[in-house]
Order: sequence, then structure tokens, then C-alpha cells
Amino acid sequence: MENQIPADLPPLSAILAVIAPLKERPGPLLEVLHALQQAFGFVPESAVPVVANELNLSRAEVHGVLTFYHHFRHHPAGRHVVQVCRAESCQAMQGEALAQQIAKRLKLDYGSTSPDGQITLESVYCLGLCSLSPAVMIDGQPLGRVTVESFEQALAGAPA
Amino acid sequence: MSAVTVYVSRDAAALALGAEAVARAITTEAAHRKLAVRIIRNGSRGLHWLEPLVEVQTPAGRVAYGPVKTADVPGLFEAGFLTGQPHALARGNIEEHPYFRTQQRLTFARVGLIDPISVEDYVAHGGYEGLRNALAMSGEAIVQAVTDSGLRGRGGAAFPTGIKWQTVQQQVAPQKYITCNADEGDSGTFADRMLMEGDPLTLIEGMTIAAVAVGATQGYIYLRAEYPHAHATLNEAIVAARKAGYIGDSVLGSGRKFELEVRLGAGAYICGEETSMLESLEGRRGEVRVRPPLPAIKGLFGMPTVVNNVISLASVPVILQQGAAHYREFGQGKSRGTLPIQLAGNIRHGGLIERAFGLTLRELLYDYGGGSASGRPLRAVQIGGPLGAYIPASQFDVQIDYEALSGIGALLGHGGIVAFDDSVDMLQMARYAMEFCALESCGKCTPCRIGSTRGMEVIDRIRANEHRSENLDLLNDLCETMLHGSLCGLGGMTPFPVQSALKHFPEDFVRS
Repeated sequence: MENQIPADLPPLSAILAVIAPLKERPGPLLEVLHALQQAFGFVPESAVPVVANELNLSRAEVHGVLTFYHHFRHHPAGRHVVQVCRAESCQAMQGEALAQQIAKRLKLDYGSTSPDGQITLESVYCLGLCSLSPAVMIDGQPLGRVTVESFEQALAGAPA
Repeated sequence: MSAVTVYVSRDAAALALGAEAVARAITTEAAHRKLAVRIIRNGSRGLHWLEPLVEVQTPAGRVAYGPVKTADVPGLFEAGFLTGQPHALARGNIEEHPYFRTQQRLTFARVGLIDPISVEDYVAHGGYEGLRNALAMSGEAIVQAVTDSGLRGRGGAAFPTGIKWQTVQQQVAPQKYITCNADEGDSGTFADRMLMEGDPLTLIEGMTIAAVAVGATQGYIYLRAEYPHAHATLNEAIVAARKAGYIGDSVLGSGRKFELEVRLGAGAYICGEETSMLESLEGRRGEVRVRPPLPAIKGLFGMPTVVNNVISLASVPVILQQGAAHYREFGQGKSRGTLPIQLAGNIRHGGLIERAFGLTLRELLYDYGGGSASGRPLRAVQIGGPLGAYIPASQFDVQIDYEALSGIGALLGHGGIVAFDDSVDMLQMARYAMEFCALESCGKCTPCRIGSTRGMEVIDRIRANEHRSENLDLLNDLCETMLHGSLCGLGGMTPFPVQSALKHFPEDFVRS
């Protein structure tokens, strides 16, 4: 069976290894999904029945939780993840214009990944950096008072 | 010569302005000059426009420099900053800065002052005195102290914390829980984040006191996934507290057990609502529960559960340390104690200001904030996040106080203030409120799930001047339906920004 799984999908054994240490914890499903995304960069569809079986839940329950939360990705993320804040405080500092300029420079829509797998562009609603709006996070590194120039500099400097 | 202690913040706001590189540059430059320097990564003092702020411990006290760029570092060494010598970026003792000196820091007393993950430093600055006092008291007496302090839920609902605790305490159950709502999703708020990154042990101590008071043995901090730095700091602090015996099987040898762990949210704003947070903690979709039963009676896994915001819990140690009367002396009317206010958006001097209730919005925006960042006149502020009302400049003399704000149809929420200059388009902000509600609705009730999308469409028609006056009536009708017919605050409060925009800025809705 395993050789039928596309190369970018983790094998069953790897999925089981992620679930095993968490399955006995109280209310473990979110923890398990986080751990899968941590391990693989996304939560593969192929993991849904495995998680359901291991946690004694229905596939519908797992699917329902997985798709409820914006944070979980259903496809592999790019090498770099760019999260642009779109909330009020950043809007008050021309964050929408910045968000559009960033999308244009990257030639990406929000919620998509570049075809070469380099960059994923996402909207977020508040990074808690509202005193430094507009704010962006690149690969978990926060940036405040962002301009197109400082954004490009930071992206170019992000470790591969 | 012994090593000079230099503080460079690890707060995400400082990191967002380059604090990491500055800390590295100081280490490198010191090595190059063969000078012994010990860098402590503290929290932020809250003067965010001065970040990255570098503080040096000198015999005459701490001397601050900021905002420091890596390029400034060699010059700072050249000027003798390690002995507090003058430099263009020198700010003196930051505690004497007017922005800081005029604050009343109770909850944030240690934030920016100490090493956030050092139990030793925490205890040296009054930490864990509250817990020690609590362990010598009965659960009823602890709850009474919290009630007497007048502390109300700082997450936004402003429910008296002591009353909530009392309900949990009175339940008989095999298991009780303390849960901390750290899903700080409101735009314009960052007090929870700053506290968790700058003094996480205060939160841990507050949760431990709550556990002792109500007889709980397990705590969870539900933290939003957008806060990776707070996550790391909290986990380090929990490990340190456990190692020092402040949490674990027998808290300070008292025989009382309290375990604590951080659970991550996953980007759902609705999980800041307490019942959806509990659903999420149980590993389910963050859909709102119908109340009753209250979480205090049937909460996490069906057990009696305290659900409090970070700032509420972090305000408990000082109450138990200094007494309810001391905390209560701050503030006015039914708003007692202090509030960590967050100044954000289009503001020159954004940051955190902890003050007793009662100062005016105008003092905050101009005396602290220094007016807009853009230099244009301030036109509106939104207080309390995406569900908070917009307040026009004509009402800037309102006092920051739960009752005063509700008196003008606004709400305090979590104390975040987002300022907008006169370039703001209030119709667009009203539309965004509906858009955000549509995006974040859990989908359980119709007014919120469908109403928000219909709201966007109606606002688009108003903008396009299609039957404008009928659609304005329809928008108000829709707001009333959402207000009265939604299960929780998301659908029920989205009308606040929309209707306040309509009321105070009608001119923005009739432009063609």
C-alpha cells in the first residue's frame, strides 16, 4: 500500500508515531492535529481516518474539527510562511494597502502557496503587535511598522 | 570587573523591531572589546516606540537607551553606556519617564523589570507572597478577599471574579479545573501577551491561588496559536515553577496538588468566548454552548470550572499579597483596581499603560499617546476589539470605567484602544465588522452565521447607493436581530461597531 501514497504524504507509521504519545491525554484531538502539522507542515487528508481510529472518534468528527480552525493547513506550506495582519489596528495604519502591495509583489492571493513551493501567503487577524501596526509575521518572526521595503528585506533575510 | 547586566527585551513587540539582532550585536561588541556583559532578556516596559530598549544596570540604577538599532551598538559602547554615560539615545531611568512614572502598576509591577523565567528574580520582587498568604487561609477567605477587592473579569465581560470563584468552590465534584483564557484575539490588545512574555509567573501564581481557593488540581492555559513567543516563555516558566516546588503534587509542601499545562488554540476568534474555549480545550469544534449550565457548575469535561482572562488571574497575586483593601483603593464606583490599557492603531506613542480606572480617553490619546502617528487629527477610536463601539472625537472626554463607557453605548472589553485618523472610512469599518463576524462565526446560530453575510451585502448596497434609505433601515433592523437573537457575544455585539459608526459618522454612509 505504502508505495501508492504520493511522495509528499507521510507514511502511516509516521502518522501513528505522532499520535501515540498524545492519545491518552484528556481531549487530545487539537493537540494531535497541532502535532501532525508540526511534524509535516500540514495535516494530510490521509491522516483523518487514522486519527479517528486511534482516538475512537468518527471521521466526521475529526474532519469537522480540522476544518473549523483556520490554523490547520490541508496542503503543504511553502518554505516560507508570510502572515499579514488584516485587523483594525493595522487597517488604521494603512495595513490594507500594504497587504495588497505584498500580494502583488509575491504574485499570490491570500491563502495560497506559490507554484515553486517557496512562499505561502496568509491573512491573520491580530498578531498582538497593535502598537507597531502594520504587523507581519514571517516564519514565526514578528515584524512591526512594516513597509514594502522592510518586508522585502526581511523575507530576503529569512533563513532558508 | 564583574559582568555588567544589560536588559534587552524578549517581548514580541521588541523582537518585531529588531531586539534579537541588538542583543546579538551587544554580545559580539562586548566580546570584541573584552568586556564582561550579562544579557537578561526581560519583558517590555510597554513604551513600544522606544523598543528595542536597552537598559543597563549601573550602581546608580538602571539607565535606558532606545530605540536602539544594531548600527547604534558600537557607538553606545564608545560613549560608555555600560556605566550609564550620556548618548543621543539615553533615556535615563525609564521608571522616571513621564509615560511610566504616572502609571500605577499593580498587575504589571514586574513586567520589564525582572527576568521572566527566573523564579529567584520573581520571589526577590515580591512574587509568591500572595500564594504563601493564600495557603494560610481557608478557601472561603481567599474567595472573600477576591470579592472584596472588587476585581471584575478583565477579558471583557466584567463579571465579578470572586462571585465566579465562589460558585465553583461551592460545587461538590471529583475534579475541578482552573482555565485561563489567553485567546487574546481582539485587535488593539496585547496586555495578555506582554504579561505572559514578561512575567508569566504572575499568571501561574494567580492560577495556583485560584486552585487553592476552589479546590481544583488541574489548570489549563488556552493560548492562541498566533503567540509563539508567549508559548515558549510560558512553558519555560511552568518548568521553572514546577522545579522550584510552586506547582506539582504538593504546592510549597502544602499537600495540595496543582498541575498546569498550556493548550494551543488554532486561529478561531470565537474560542475567546468561554464556552467555545471549553469545547476547544476538549478537542472539539469551538462552537458556543447554550447556558445554563454555567461553566462554574458544568464546565470543562462537565466539571466545575473557573474560566478567567489572563489579566484577571494575574491581578490575584497582588490582591492576596497586599490585601483586598489596597487593590480596591484604586479606581472609582464599581470599577475598582487598575486596568492595563493598550494604546494602538494610528497613535504616536503606542504601548501599555496601567492606571486606576477613571482617566479620560483624551488623556490617554494625547497625554500618553501623543496624538496620531500620521500627524492628522484623530477622528475615531474603537475600544474593546472588533465587537467594540466606535467613539467619535466629540466623546473623547469619557472616562475609562465600565459604567461610564456603557453610558455612552460603548464597552471597555479587554482595554484595547485603536485610534484612527481622519482618513478612516467608517462605512468600510462597519463593513469590516460584518465581514469579520462572517469569517469567525462558529455557525451555530442563524443571526450570526447568516446575518453577518447579509450585513456585508446590505452595506455594499448602501455604498452603491441602491435604495440607500431603505437599506439603511434594513441594516438597523438586521443589527437589532443579531443583537437580540444571537447565542453569544460575537453575533450579539457585532452590531456595536456597525451601529456606532452609523450613529456618529452618518456622513460616511451617504457618500456617492
